[in-house]
Amino acid sequence: MLGLSGYEISLITSMGIAVIFALSLNLITGFCGQISLGHAAFYGIGAYTSAMLTKAGMPFGVGLLGAVIVAGLIGIFIGIASLRVRHDFLAITTMGVGFLFIGIMRQWDLVGGEMGVSSIPGSGLGKSGFMFLVLGFGVLTVLFSLHLKRSWMGYAFDAIADDEDTARVVGLNVSHYKLAAFAMGTALAGLAGALYAHNVRFIDPESFGFVESITVLSMVVIGGIGSVFGVVFAAAVLSVLPLWIQFIDEYKLLLYGGLLFAMMRFSPGGLAGLVKQILRHISSRKSLQKLSGGTKI
Amino acid sequence: MSKLLEVSNVRVQFGGVVAVDDVSFSLNEGELLGFIGPNGAGKTTMMRAITGVVTPTSGSIVLDDKELVGLAVHSRVRMGLGFSQQLVKPFRNMTVLENVTLTAGSRHTRSPLGALFKVDRERDRTRAKELLELVGIVDAADADPSNLPLGYLKRLEVARALALDPTLLLLDEPLAGLNHAEAHKLADMIVDLNSAGRSIILIEHNLGEVMRICSRLVVQDNGNKIADGDPESVMNTPAVRAAYLGEDMDNAAA
Ligand SMILES: Nc1ncnc2c1ncn2[C@@H]1O[C@H](COP(=O)(O)OP(=O)(O)O)[C@@H](O)[C@H]1O
Ligand SMILES: [Mg+2]
Repeated sequence: MLGLSGYEISLITSMGIAVIFALSLNLITGFCGQISLGHAAFYGIGAYTSAMLTKAGMPFGVGLLGAVIVAGLIGIFIGIASLRVRHDFLAITTMGVGFLFIGIMRQWDLVGGEMGVSSIPGSGLGKSGFMFLVLGFGVLTVLFSLHLKRSWMGYAFDAIADDEDTARVVGLNVSHYKLAAFAMGTALAGLAGALYAHNVRFIDPESFGFVESITVLSMVVIGGIGSVFGVVFAAAVLSVLPLWIQFIDEYKLLLYGGLLFAMMRFSPGGLAGLVKQILRHISSRKSLQKLSGGTKI
Repeated sequence: MSKLLEVSNVRVQFGGVVAVDDVSFSLNEGELLGFIGPNGAGKTTMMRAITGVVTPTSGSIVLDDKELVGLAVHSRVRMGLGFSQQLVKPFRNMTVLENVTLTAGSRHTRSPLGALFKVDRERDRTRAKELLELVGIVDAADADPSNLPLGYLKRLEVARALALDPTLLLLDEPLAGLNHAEAHKLADMIVDLNSAGRSIILIEHNLGEVMRICSRLVVQDNGNKIADGDPESVMNTPAVRAAYLGEDMDNAAA
């Protein structure tokens, strides 16, 4: 189909899943300004939920739906618990949630403990059918993100991301908005996780650890916090690099950590910010040329 | 005339510091009240207690027959308070116009779910522009607030509060950072707002303007209310004169 090899199909599928996962964190961290260092836990919750449901004989669609609901509900619960926690403490809290998830999954025999879950049923759509499904969800996620950014919800998120206290003084129910961000972001991470589970057909606790949380955060920061296309680009590239180049896989944490640091230090707006700066630079040079051209005549 | 705001025996304490000590005052509907006192008198703290930014140790604050103490800040704002803060707090990731448009459209942002389904900003942007015009900073509509002088930010703060269309507008030193002519103009605008029926509490250090525009004054010093009444007689109270005598020296030093 489309002349794509099986390898290419699996690369595109992984890319699509990474894009959905990164955009899910972008809703929380990018749009609403709430840092999370444990987002992989919700990816994992989605993966485990759908894996267990489909292994118990439920249809694939029910697995996906279950993943979205369970991840979203746990997300809201964690959100409520961290409402009183601010900024740097939120980083620690969410990191704790990530480790807690791994700890529980390792010990929980029902879900295979350290051995994980294998022989997860496929989607039944075939390899390329599944790829199109992932891409379809990816496109919907992009469209939803773009809509959200333009909506009054996105507007309120901007205010909250900049200054919570002032957001309250202008009448925003900051807690409700944060919970909405958590609910949407974690539910979407659950969807991405479920897609991952049915793609690789085997999951274990280590698939959803701290490294994964940092990886997805790198995608958001490198792409440009809050920028939809920047994050899509960064997620697409950073997700396949380690698959293409074995060497990178081994030094993943080092590479992503380094990129994360470099971006924070030199271009806090990420790639999207960098592109904007370059465009502004070019257009100002163009207008300068126009000006000087005008004076010559 | 009916009472809009009734503050009774409010006390606010920060650790060992009693910033507001058992203060009571009230505001009638449609009044323009000057709330004055030397630096550190606890005026800002009182306004923060009314909006809910700080929680009083004791006392009650009633707006329109509803008790405010215990309610969240955003709920009080939704009940009709608009607060222009002394320390300006523009959203720095938005332009001046976007700052004001956000509050002009506050009916869209009551709940997150409702806000998700609304996109159009045109009408609220128009309203915001009118307000920028009103406070005299429409020339900076598209500016990044980080690059603006205090006089502009003060007026942005006022416009943003006004865009909420509050029944009670609280202004904490809106004239600071403005030159004489600008201050005079903004004071006139405050009078116009008041004539149009809006109830206002004005904290201000510019006593000339306060005396010119306010119909009643409440004076606080060291956390205590020391006077309450028409401007003329309040300013002739020995306690007020004594309080401002110290203040004048502070001002000369500053
Ligand atoms: N958040 C706070 N923490 C501790 N002390 C405060 C705080 N806010 C105000 N104060 C103290 O309360 C007193 C009154 O301050 P404030 O209300 O700002 O006075 P004013 O607005 O009349 O100049 C001052 O002594 C000030 O130092
Ligand atoms: Mg003050």
